[in-house]
Amino acid sequence: MSFQRYDYDVIANWIEPGERVLDLGCGDGSLLRHLTEVRQVRGYGVENDPERIVACVRNGINVIQINLDQGLAGFDDGFFDHVIMSLSLQAMHNTQGILKEMLRVGREAVVSFPNFAYWRHRQSILNGHMPVSKNLPHQWYNTPNVRFFTIADFDDLCVQEGIAIHERLAFDEDRIIVDEPNFMASVALYRLGRQVGC
Amino acid sequence: MTHNSVGIVAPQRAHFSEPLPLKSGGTLPAYDLVYETYGRLNASRNNAVLVCHALSGSHHVAGVHADSGAVGWWDNLVGPGKPLDTERFFVIGVNNLGGCYGSTGPNSIHPATGKPWGADFPFVTVEDWVVTQARLADLLGIERFAAVVGGSLGGMQALSWTLQYPDRVGHALVIASAPKLTAQNIAFNEVARQAILKDPEFHGGHYYEQGVVPARGLALARMIGHITYLSDDSMDQKFGRSLRHEKPVFSYDVEFEIESYLRYQGDRFAGFFDANTYLLTTKALDYYDPAFDYNGDLVAALGRAKADYLVVSFSTDWRFAPSRSREIVYALMHSDRRVSYAEIDCPAGHDSFLLDDPQYHAVLRAYIDNIRL
Repeated sequence: MSFQRYDYDVIANWIEPGERVLDLGCGDGSLLRHLTEVRQVRGYGVENDPERIVACVRNGINVIQINLDQGLAGFDDGFFDHVIMSLSLQAMHNTQGILKEMLRVGREAVVSFPNFAYWRHRQSILNGHMPVSKNLPHQWYNTPNVRFFTIADFDDLCVQEGIAIHERLAFDEDRIIVDEPNFMASVALYRLGRQVGC
Repeated sequence: MTHNSVGIVAPQRAHFSEPLPLKSGGTLPAYDLVYETYGRLNASRNNAVLVCHALSGSHHVAGVHADSGAVGWWDNLVGPGKPLDTERFFVIGVNNLGGCYGSTGPNSIHPATGKPWGADFPFVTVEDWVVTQARLADLLGIERFAAVVGGSLGGMQALSWTLQYPDRVGHALVIASAPKLTAQNIAFNEVARQAILKDPEFHGGHYYEQGVVPARGLALARMIGHITYLSDDSMDQKFGRSLRHEKPVFSYDVEFEIESYLRYQGDRFAGFFDANTYLLTTKALDYYDPAFDYNGDLVAALGRAKADYLVVSFSTDWRFAPSRSREIVYALMHSDRRVSYAEIDCPAGHDSFLLDDPQYHAVLRAYIDNIRL
């Protein structure tokens, strides 16, 4: 089972049939297509890459071309049940802003990101090189990633921003990691909500 | 003729004797519509696509007229193997009511007086056009369009189709359009109209009988329009500050190349387009506002719609800016309609919608290919 498949199944498990779902940085739309097939969601994707827009349209999913760095102006508060950002948060400049926007337009947010503190990545740094792996496939000079953070960092940010962590799953490839996720897990998935009283 | 043309085409004419109640109040007792078709209506009659034209467009969407050699205004889109593939779809172009390309309009003869209608031709709206297009569809045995497609004012008709006849349209492709004009946009139309109305040869709209046309006013109107259809960059690229005499000669004759271009475009347009049609059509643009009866709530106005949508805008279009298309997109999304939106990076301003930018056509092709029959 590929990682991507695993990621999709976790996300699908967090979503109820027929929900309204927004997928930010939706790529070619395959996650939304999967969620439409297994959860019959009313899905919309946001993407800004011209080729991916065409791929989404070809894939038959709803895609809206906007630049996410400009936020989600025009999207009503609380319109979506879930707002997803799958393996793209590390490529966003305005991390706090986009998390805020996700929890404004959605009841819950689902984010996944590569854990930069994964032991293989640490090993790479110890050996004197930036990590390159399955989940960090680019070289330092051509990576689309602009924010380099760990599971521990993200937990701290949630506390600081008053974001409730409803659920967190950590993986190494397709294996679930329970102990020492910040060291042992290459990817983390979070189900987030607005903190009560915030 | 571009590659993969539908070839030689000829317009057809349909007469409608059922009176048409108009949004402006009156009734048109009878009228003609001129139209063209490309491709074949299939046995299940479910492959028809209506292409709606903009301000100066016509029924001649694709192919070539044998006599004049005129190529259709959207020939790069419509044809065998093109994004709107006539091997698969039966495509229809209609000259809108009030037009000047053969459908009943101000330059047609008023049956009661035996003279041209002129200024007595009633105001027609986007909604009226959609009703007449639906009657043409009835005549051609088309219960439901697979898609209705249009750019600019044509996009307004495509949107209106999905609200007036929700069960008769599967998909709407709304390109370089807006849910209603802004004050600035109406302002441009008003200047264009004043140029025509103030031309001494306008004669209150009854210039036909005087054997003249308000050509200066119409040319000026077209010049203003043309400026707004191009982008600052594209105009700069094309003309810059090029001087005909290579240095200023201090004259009001043509010096800068842009002056030459605008005068040429204006005069050419005034040579074939009808001033009354221009007036009527700009007013139809100004009046279009599907949310008007819903206290300005576009989401509420779209509540009736059942179609799926593709909305497309162009980065350098400031007459129908991307932000206006996004208004349509968000309202559709908040009405739980299926909608995709592409913002094409194209330097040509509003006129981009008539070009064959590769990304633009790739999006259209991908969307149209997915239309199930």
